[in-house]
Amino acid sequence: MPDQEQILSRLTKEKYKYGFHTDIETDYIEKGLNESVVKSIWEKKGEPDFMLRFRLDAFSKWKKMKMPDWAYLKIPPIDFQNIIYYAAPKNSQQYKSLDEVDPELLETFNKLGIPLEEQKHLAGVAVDAVMDSISVKTTFKEVLAEKGIIFCSFSDALREHPDLVKKYIGNSVPVADNYFAALNSAVFSDGSFCYIPKGVRCPMELSTYFRINAANTGQFERTLIIADDDSYVSYLEGCTAPMRDENQLHAAVVEIIAMDRAEVKYSTVQNWYPGDKNGKGGIYNFVTKRGICRGEGSKISWTQVETGSAITWKYPSCILLGNNSIGEFNSVAVTNNYQQADTGSKMIHIGKNTKSTIVSKGISAGHSNNSYRGLVKIMPNAVNSRNFSQCDSLLLNDTCGAHTFPYIEVGNKSSVVEHEATTSKIGEDQIFYCNQRGIDTEKAIGMIVNGYAKEVLNKLPMEFAVEAQKLLEISLEGSVG
Amino acid sequence: MSVLVEKADLSLRYTGHYNEVKDLLMQNSADIINAGRKKALQDFVLQGIPTRVNENYKYTNLQPHFYPDFKFIHLREPAEVDLNAVFRCDVPQLDTYLAFIFNGWYYEKNHQTINLPDNVILSGLEEISFERPEYLEKYGRLADTATDPLVALNTAFAKDGYFLYVPKNTVLEKPIQIINFLQSEKDAFVTQRNFIYIEEGADVKIINCDHTLNLNKYLNNSVTEIFIGPNASFEYYALQNQHNNTTSLNSVFIHQQKDTKVTTLNSSLHGGLIRNNLNIILDGENSSANLFGMAFIDRSQHVDNFTRVIHAKPHCQSNQIYKTVLDDNSTGAFSGRIHVMRDAQKTNAFQRSNNLLLSDKAIMQAKPQLIIDADDVKCSHGATIGQIDEEALFYIRSRGIEEKQARLMLMNAFAHEVIQQIKVIPLRNRIDELVEKRLKGEVARCHECAYNCES
Repeated sequence: MPDQEQILSRLTKEKYKYGFHTDIETDYIEKGLNESVVKSIWEKKGEPDFMLRFRLDAFSKWKKMKMPDWAYLKIPPIDFQNIIYYAAPKNSQQYKSLDEVDPELLETFNKLGIPLEEQKHLAGVAVDAVMDSISVKTTFKEVLAEKGIIFCSFSDALREHPDLVKKYIGNSVPVADNYFAALNSAVFSDGSFCYIPKGVRCPMELSTYFRINAANTGQFERTLIIADDDSYVSYLEGCTAPMRDENQLHAAVVEIIAMDRAEVKYSTVQNWYPGDKNGKGGIYNFVTKRGICRGEGSKISWTQVETGSAITWKYPSCILLGNNSIGEFNSVAVTNNYQQADTGSKMIHIGKNTKSTIVSKGISAGHSNNSYRGLVKIMPNAVNSRNFSQCDSLLLNDTCGAHTFPYIEVGNKSSVVEHEATTSKIGEDQIFYCNQRGIDTEKAIGMIVNGYAKEVLNKLPMEFAVEAQKLLEISLEGSVG
Repeated sequence: MSVLVEKADLSLRYTGHYNEVKDLLMQNSADIINAGRKKALQDFVLQGIPTRVNENYKYTNLQPHFYPDFKFIHLREPAEVDLNAVFRCDVPQLDTYLAFIFNGWYYEKNHQTINLPDNVILSGLEEISFERPEYLEKYGRLADTATDPLVALNTAFAKDGYFLYVPKNTVLEKPIQIINFLQSEKDAFVTQRNFIYIEEGADVKIINCDHTLNLNKYLNNSVTEIFIGPNASFEYYALQNQHNNTTSLNSVFIHQQKDTKVTTLNSSLHGGLIRNNLNIILDGENSSANLFGMAFIDRSQHVDNFTRVIHAKPHCQSNQIYKTVLDDNSTGAFSGRIHVMRDAQKTNAFQRSNNLLLSDKAIMQAKPQLIIDADDVKCSHGATIGQIDEEALFYIRSRGIEEKQARLMLMNAFAHEVIQQIKVIPLRNRIDELVEKRLKGEVARCHECAYNCES
């Protein structure tokens, strides 16, 4: 089909929209990783003593660990000594109002469409923007503070609420949980911190934007969300990076703790630079995300739209500790060109009557490989637990791959686990049906893909759903060849 | 550290033993069997006895099962078939070509009784390797020693097993029944190596029965390589009925050329630890493979069904249904992988694993996987772990059937989906009956077993 080929070639040439680079003076630490680098990050940030112990502990454990090789990914060797572990826009920490913020920086965020400016208050989103691992500006702090909600950068949290951080950090992702989590624990520079007090329903969506700007740097941010009894929060995360020929490393950690009857909704639209159409450049995205439903009847739900990154290695998980707690995972992962994604979820049922749902939609095009990998584990004491998993893969041409690796472990007789997965290509009959009604092939494919992903997109908050839909269109439409 | 050393020691014990008996093995075997030994041992040294660290053995830790001080049988020992033992495997009205294997060795007197059609060769592997080595040209081609330590260990110690050759367009009217006996005065480590070569257009059915004849501990490590020529049809039934101190490790490799049809069915009725590795390569167009399996386990038994289906050519079909019923402290595992290679378009591949847990201490683990590198395919897998459908139970009870009976009916129906795939009618009836008895608890012990093993 020549028209499809044309569409495909046009779209694969489509530029990565966020591939600009901003000239901002940046404060670096020298390349390389050793104990003194870890110490100097700690010093630079002026963190409390317990953080130094935390970081060094993580570093010493990391040194003993090996890069995981079990994922269905071809990861080129990463030289951890050739990475700058700390890069911060200069003087970033003293802004009192937006006027003081470097206009270049504001311009950057405007390009990203982030409602940083005051006039965008109406958008109703509180944003914490993280650039090269340093939180640049948190909006709406005051409004939130009235309700007792703490939403600030990790550094601020360490300064202002060290006890809270100390109590909860490493709680759901222990320092040595895995190779990349340990690396993050040792060198993370900033991130977001969020605490919702008892009985508070957060009135707006909280949002973090991550951007890698400086060259040769790795970004290591850490997010910690604590939802106290009966609280609710919806949290959004977005990511972009400039286009560069070399690969950059991103190893983040997100920890969520939900107490009795608390509900946390965490949505991600991941759009790191995926590399060019020959697979050159792009971000290596190794992320550890985990939530603990610690309290009775608590709920954590992960929603992600993964379109970027050269390599994605990401398994947002829920530990369902409290009785009657609920875990959810909804994912759309799109890979094109030479992207590789190995993503999925873990649901560990420990409490009684716990429930979890996994819905994963993979879409592969180009020469990409897209894998779902997940674990559902029901411990013997988690009686009456329930899981339903559904993993669908859509293949858009004959050079890509779609893979499914679920693990199911059930340890008692009253629990029910169901898993189903299907793989197929876009139905020619569906395209034909649309064509027949005067819809051209490109639009038809767009409709089918969007319909296919709708189940997950519907879970996203409004603002994100629109963005996600657009992203899907850019990444995919017409790429059936 | 001490644990690590112990683990290394255990593998060393087996490599050490190999070095001791190497000359004995080499001198008494044909070149074709000896050729692979050295590399196999190297591969075994690299991998060691599998533990949970080995992804393919994640749900089956074999270390403790290799621990007993086994006796190895590297030379043929005289054996006599006990007719009572044969009777126990008897399937009424089932007429078969019957052959026996003792502790992995092909029974010499089989030749006197078997009466196969002309040109069909059923013989010992050792005998063929000396007399007609040209038939074993493809020996070791399928069973890759580098990826599985058990295959490596088998190849290193391989001596005997059965060999079957079915010439072109030969249709065997009766199934071939192979009865494997384990009977030794001491705890024994048994290595069995089988080789099946089926020529174009042939039609063959094999029934494999595994039995233990006394209460000693056994570890049976068997490898079977099966080559299916174009347009041939092959059915392979395995009945596993051994006592609780047996470790039964079976690796079956099947290579299918074009227009072939293969059905395998594993029925694990009893055993200590059973691991069934089944590797199928669909290497010709228009071929189909059906893989079925069921296991009924209780006490501390463990059954692990591990399948790999590779679609290497377009227009092929595969279908897998595996069912497990677990009671008491038993543990079960199912790992299945469908791999559709690039350009294997128009593939239909399905896989399903349904499991019933009857006790809170039983554990079931499932790992169904899809690796798809072609786009014009229909592939799916499904896995469920749970209990009997309460609504179905209610429906039956509302019609005046008591709960116990209703549960039995439903469990029977659950198993029957697999049983009905057996094409050999007397065998199907027999298994139906055995399963029903098993579910009723009448044969919680081995069927008509004289030894009431309680471990």
